[in-house]
Amino acid sequence: MSWLTILGDYTFQNVVMGAALLGIISGTLGSFAVLRGQSLLGDAISHAALPGVCLGFIIAGSRHMGSIIVGAMITGGLAALLMLALTRMSRLKTDAALGTCLSLFFAVGVVLLTFIQGMNNASQGGLDAFLFGQAAATLRSDVWFMGGITLAALIMLAALWKQAKLVTFDPEFARSLGMPVTLIDVMLTTMITLAVVVGLQMVGVVLMAAMIVAPAVAARQWSRHLGGMVMIAALIGVISGVSGATISTLGRGLATGPLIILSASAIVLVSLAAAPGRGILWELVRLTRQRWTLHSNQILYVLYQTRLEQDENERSPWLGRSVFTVLALYRLKRQGLLTGSRPAAGRRQARQWRLTPDGVREAKQITARFNTP
Amino acid sequence: MDTAVTVKHLTVSYHNKPVLWDVNVDIPAGVMAGIVGPNGAGKSTFIKSLLGLVPPLSGSVRFHGQSYKAQRKRIGYVPQRSSVDWDFPTTVLDVVMMGLYGRLGWIKRPGRRERQESLEALDMVAMRDFAGRQISQLSGGQQQRVFLARALVQQADIYFLDEPMAGVDATTERAIIDILRRLRDAGKTLIVVHHDLQTVKTYFDWLLMLNVEVVASGPTPEVFTGHNLKRAYGGQIALLNENHQLQDGPDASGEPAVAAMGRAE
Repeated sequence: MSWLTILGDYTFQNVVMGAALLGIISGTLGSFAVLRGQSLLGDAISHAALPGVCLGFIIAGSRHMGSIIVGAMITGGLAALLMLALTRMSRLKTDAALGTCLSLFFAVGVVLLTFIQGMNNASQGGLDAFLFGQAAATLRSDVWFMGGITLAALIMLAALWKQAKLVTFDPEFARSLGMPVTLIDVMLTTMITLAVVVGLQMVGVVLMAAMIVAPAVAARQWSRHLGGMVMIAALIGVISGVSGATISTLGRGLATGPLIILSASAIVLVSLAAAPGRGILWELVRLTRQRWTLHSNQILYVLYQTRLEQDENERSPWLGRSVFTVLALYRLKRQGLLTGSRPAAGRRQARQWRLTPDGVREAKQITARFNTP
Repeated sequence: MDTAVTVKHLTVSYHNKPVLWDVNVDIPAGVMAGIVGPNGAGKSTFIKSLLGLVPPLSGSVRFHGQSYKAQRKRIGYVPQRSSVDWDFPTTVLDVVMMGLYGRLGWIKRPGRRERQESLEALDMVAMRDFAGRQISQLSGGQQQRVFLARALVQQADIYFLDEPMAGVDATTERAIIDILRRLRDAGKTLIVVHHDLQTVKTYFDWLLMLNVEVVASGPTPEVFTGHNLKRAYGGQIALLNENHQLQDGPDASGEPAVAAMGRAE
């Protein structure tokens, strides 16, 4: 299949546009979810949306996007409320409450799903796709619907940007300024729920939480401002969405939703490893460099101190035998700051390390630095 | 003397357990007031309930004779440093500008004027060079200064500070105390939750000693006595020097020889 035929394919267009929109809304609102410590809430809401999807189907009698989304919002919201009630009124911790709610609602959802499959309704086709998503079933009307919700969420967020930011960073201070914190909380949580629900058809209830968390986590690595983080997260969402959709079209029969999540996860891995300043590799380089400097300075310092205290010919001072120390010794020798020689042939004795005149000068500087308060 | 804060019959409870019980207190204007008491005495809850952050069961609070809503713009708040996630993606200047969000209303964004005021506040806490710095890179003391600057831009008359000296270095503690004294000398009222009994006498000219109920309140020399400390702290207090008179005698060093065990909540 050539590129042009793929691009002209009506289904492919729908899938790509849907995936891109999903990337934007989940990246944007996922940033807030992650910063508010609600990453797992997305998981609970998406699982709890399944019974809503089924009920929406039963009531509407067909796979109508509107009724399914309303159903998903209702049961997702109910699960969130139940979680809140459980943590407030029982001794359950948040994670336990979340686990309980998630499995309870999901189980009800699966039961309803099998019930619908037993109804022999011709239009039931594709309902079980909500488990793992079925992007190919995306209609043009679904794309419009997703676009509308995304646009509304973005406008709302832009208008209340400063409130959303302050309530996310420091809700108590926001309240002391007289901001309606509870209202903004509810608004943000509702929008996060919307983002989850919008993605159900493409990615499915099981994997949707990753779409909320992954772009935001990756974006946090590359950004210094909330605005930057949100925009990068949206961009990462779009890239994973579009690349997942494309790969699944090229490799016939591969599921789109999981591929989208895999793309996002790949970006997360790269970001965690390589982002400047925050990445693990960056941190490793910094630590190694620090360690080198520390070891080299320590060796020079110790050699210099023993030289001051006793006849330098007497014996080598005690030095650690870690790999780092040994490597540092040879590096200092290469730099011409040390000389190392074995005392006598045949005897298994350690090298004797001595400072060269350059080494003495360097050691004096280090001593001066160490001893200034 | 003018009264900055009047609290009448304030009772607050968490899960049906009273945290504050029938608190009655008048804090005069223009003082640097300390709030001390053992762990779980309700010190933080006290200022949070005054600011409407924790709903009280009963009681009334007045600021210069008016309700909190009417006086909100004249009240500044410095929460505990540990109450926020310092890995949030934002800069020092941005955090300080948050202090002006209340003035800006719903839609307006901070502009050049807000920027300028925030930079001046950062100047006051000697943090101007850090304006563009990520807040995740700050030390504890620097975080506290940023929070203080955020309250300073509010240009309030009454400031509430929740443990501003907790876990900061000696330099920062001195700097914070200097700024607070300057504010008091300019006629502002400062209400500070504090946990270090060693410094109470030097820092505060008015004191509220709390342990769920009010143990004592008034000018520091009258309140900071061995009798009151024993009533507030009970067994938690270690009298380092049994002979030392806590009352401010003529020959007393001014440093009471006491240390509270543990740290405030």
